[in-house]
Amino acid sequence: MSNLKGFRMKRMPEPQLIFEQSSPGRIGCNVPVADTPEVDLSAVLGDLREELNLPEVGELDLLRHFTRLSHINYGIETGFYPLGSCTMKYNPKINEKTAGLPGFANLHPMQPVATIPGALEILIGVQEMLIAITGFDEITLQPLAGAHGEMTCLMLIKAYHESRGEGKQRHIVLVPDSAHGTNPASAARCGYDVRPIPTTEEGNTDLVALAAALDDSVAALMLTNPSTLGLFEPNIEQICEMVHAAGGQVFCDGANMNAMVGTTRPGDHGFDCMHLNLHKTFSTPHGGGGPGCGAIGLKSHLEPFLPAPVIRRSEGKVIADTDRPSTIGRVSGFYGQFLMEVRAYTYLRAFGKEYMADISRHAVLNANYVRARLKDVLPPAHDRPCMHECILTAEKYKKENGIRALDISKRLIDYGFHPPTNYFPLIVPECLMIEPTETENKETLDDFCDVMIEICREAVESPDLLHDAPSTQIVGRLDETAAVKNLDVRWWPSK
Amino acid sequence: MSNIPEDLKYAKSHEWVRLDGDIATIGITDFAQSELGDVVYVELPEVGRVLQLGDTFGSVESVKTVSDVYAPIAGTVTEVNASLGARSELINSDPYGDGYMLKLRVDDPSALGDLLDAAGYAAVIA
Amino acid sequence: MPYIPHTDADRAEMLATIGAQSIDELFREIPANLRVAPGSLDLPPALDEHRLMAHLWEISKKNVNLADVTCFLGAGIYDRYIPASVGAVISRGEFLTAYTPYQPEASQGYLQAIYEFQTMTAELYGMDLANASMYDGATSMAEAAIMSTSIKKRDKVAVSEAVHPHYRQVLETYCWSMGIEIVVLPALEAGATKDYSTAEGVSSVIVQYPNFFGTIEDLAAARKAATEKDALLIVVADPVACALLKTPGSFGADIVVGEGQPLGVAMGLGGPMVGLFACKKEFIRQIPGRIVGRTKEAHGDKPGYVMTLRTREQDIRREKATSNICTNEALMALAATVYMIALGKNGLKQVATTSVRNTQYAIQQLTAAGATLKYTGKSFDEFVLELPKDPTFVRDELLKRNILAGLPLGPYYATLTKCLLVAVTELRSKDEIDTFASALAEVLK
Repeated sequence: MSNLKGFRMKRMPEPQLIFEQSSPGRIGCNVPVADTPEVDLSAVLGDLREELNLPEVGELDLLRHFTRLSHINYGIETGFYPLGSCTMKYNPKINEKTAGLPGFANLHPMQPVATIPGALEILIGVQEMLIAITGFDEITLQPLAGAHGEMTCLMLIKAYHESRGEGKQRHIVLVPDSAHGTNPASAARCGYDVRPIPTTEEGNTDLVALAAALDDSVAALMLTNPSTLGLFEPNIEQICEMVHAAGGQVFCDGANMNAMVGTTRPGDHGFDCMHLNLHKTFSTPHGGGGPGCGAIGLKSHLEPFLPAPVIRRSEGKVIADTDRPSTIGRVSGFYGQFLMEVRAYTYLRAFGKEYMADISRHAVLNANYVRARLKDVLPPAHDRPCMHECILTAEKYKKENGIRALDISKRLIDYGFHPPTNYFPLIVPECLMIEPTETENKETLDDFCDVMIEICREAVESPDLLHDAPSTQIVGRLDETAAVKNLDVRWWPSK
Repeated sequence: MSNIPEDLKYAKSHEWVRLDGDIATIGITDFAQSELGDVVYVELPEVGRVLQLGDTFGSVESVKTVSDVYAPIAGTVTEVNASLGARSELINSDPYGDGYMLKLRVDDPSALGDLLDAAGYAAVIA
Repeated sequence: MPYIPHTDADRAEMLATIGAQSIDELFREIPANLRVAPGSLDLPPALDEHRLMAHLWEISKKNVNLADVTCFLGAGIYDRYIPASVGAVISRGEFLTAYTPYQPEASQGYLQAIYEFQTMTAELYGMDLANASMYDGATSMAEAAIMSTSIKKRDKVAVSEAVHPHYRQVLETYCWSMGIEIVVLPALEAGATKDYSTAEGVSSVIVQYPNFFGTIEDLAAARKAATEKDALLIVVADPVACALLKTPGSFGADIVVGEGQPLGVAMGLGGPMVGLFACKKEFIRQIPGRIVGRTKEAHGDKPGYVMTLRTREQDIRREKATSNICTNEALMALAATVYMIALGKNGLKQVATTSVRNTQYAIQQLTAAGATLKYTGKSFDEFVLELPKDPTFVRDELLKRNILAGLPLGPYYATLTKCLLVAVTELRSKDEIDTFASALAEVLK
């Protein structure tokens, strides 16, 4: 174990819950003292609540609590984070600085639109740059996350079919079996029935099955391109033509946009709309599982249905247009994830025209490099160049050594790396989905590949090392069955 | 190797049936429970529900997967195994006994003939 | 490019290992007609870091920000003090740049923080439990409404007219898409929901507490009405108000949702926010989004935290999931966690109490200045004024005096064209309120 390197817990006390550190009378921040007359609270408010059980700790105690917790949490700044489909790239520090400017952070969403010309300039700026990058006619930034963007796209499609009198008749959404779970879930959220479309052995959409499924009950096909197998769909133009010929629309799941930035534009592929994850492709921080940021792009025939307000240019000014008779309505409280748009704007302007394509070119280079270095120990699921992520299978270790993809992942943690995505896409057995992103240097990739090769050797020679992993973290593998059966989702004072 | 009792009938979707008069007892097979892993929750229909062949009548959940369960034979639900509410692990420990899911009054007992016998089911999961 | 570390030598070695002549070759599966040449997109030129900062600073200065004016605008988003510790914690890279804690052993820090967040959210609302967050208050309410329809199996919900208009607009969008009918309960007469008679055959009754007009709704009456209709009671509640008010949970609310922004999240033109979502424990299997649970090691005794009840979620349940939500607002939930801890039980009560005192004083002064209090129900930190002049004109005139006076209600309610919604948080001083009142008197002259 002495050869283990990388991220490990510093020696410090076991983290207690903040509630266990509370002492009556302490406070972690001085709050303003009122200089207005006292009031009788019961007379003004009516019935008052019972005891409020929030912790009482000093400011240093609070900071130490969270510093300790941060030391037992892995982020991109801790180390390599090749979580497939999540695009865990570096989040530049300048983006945090621009988003923190008071002229952005201190804006009230209901203040008069005339007082926020700078904010509208950011929004239209992001929209116009994303139009150039994706090849769509319009962008809206109102959706709050990727799944929210998917749902909004399907709503636009639904409104489009309704406007043509085909709303009821077109009740089916086709979703490939390799799709993210959010696709069928978003379709269900829009009242659609979901039908799966199989994938061929080569990893492409099964055109025969697609043709058989297409009729006048189909509202849309949801397609991820590049697919979740990390492969570009070579028949994409034909697929879009087939769906259009049947009167359906084609949605592009943009989770994998990092493979395409500056190299190819989904709007040119024939898609009608797509969602983008600005927190993946355009480097707004993932924040431990959010905020996301789910811009969507669309062709002009879907424009009338955009969620209001629509940020657009009019007579030399940028306006927030609420006069939208065919709108689907609002999908979120205000203008979307504004401070994330500031970060995305900063990121886009840092790359600009000259360097934008470097994103996809190096993302694809890094993924193919990892794929090439690991192919002897972990064969790729498909014998084709991958795009921004490579999908490898650990099936032989399961059959021969009783080692599953999850065991390899847990062992990686011992070596100081965050694991890749496991068991997705569902159609590849013992799947490891590795997305290095363009921001990792060759030395990091080499370290990672050396460790993966070593782990595969351990899998054969000393499989218990993998079964018992991780052993370097604050806890070992946790009992997830007990977590469900004996649900404990909040602390109570009596415990 | 999975336990596949000779005296039961099976559906390809991994349910078993034991017929006693016109009452069928139904559960999921030993193979199905071992594929699922530790069962943490079981969803069952209300008594009195009429099931057609192939209807989804409930689901069995482990930590990371959910499997729907389908009626292997048509009939009306007369009883559900209430003890699975608190002790879903019975499906793992005794899939053909205390871990049964429900009882049906079957519409046509002869439909049992359409199901697989033990050898037929063993071939399905081989 | 500082974010892409490759040297020419790196690229050459990597291509050699791959067995490709060029990076272009790696893109060969993309049909040639669909590729664009690097550097050919219609984009502005790249900026170095210094020019980038200067450029964004210039744009930011074009906005009127709340450091430049005295803010009496609320309407669901409140100008409250954010302790310095909040920014210090949420900017730590281990939190900021992590993703969803799918690998619990390497994510114990975040998981524990979210467990603490769930605990305090549930405590504030007086509910059994809370989830790990939703996108914002508006979508959280829409999710609660949809959840009620899957529990009660009736495709109809009732929502009070005194619920935030944007929340109702989001609800309409979600419900249109799922084929759910909405009944709007009248509330403009008294500025509060009094008449539930049209809520027939609904899965839930939705009210806001305090409501959009600042009035503290009678939740006992709402509970009684919902029970009579065999419907769930959904309450959209301001978490800061709940530090003082009798909790929605103590009235028997089934689901309580809200906007968590007042708990230490920057206003940021309304994003990112954080949706709060709490419910009774009997509904836990229907809850949308992530939930963190405490457990112990599989082969040991140490306690630890995991995401639990995962089979409700889209990545496992797909089209049968309780919601399509995947990414939530973890970082903002972390901010709210730090905020609730920093203030603690006494600090949060003091913030709420100061807001009440300031509000009562402002009502006195502003009505003395020539405005009329539109609704006389109990209020927490917000109220509606009826003005003898056009509220938009008044708002704009006051803005010239660096006072952001509130929200004219005409665009939202056709019968309230003379009304202005005013909020007074703990940050306003007696002086600022006096200045507002005298400026208002001047404008109304």
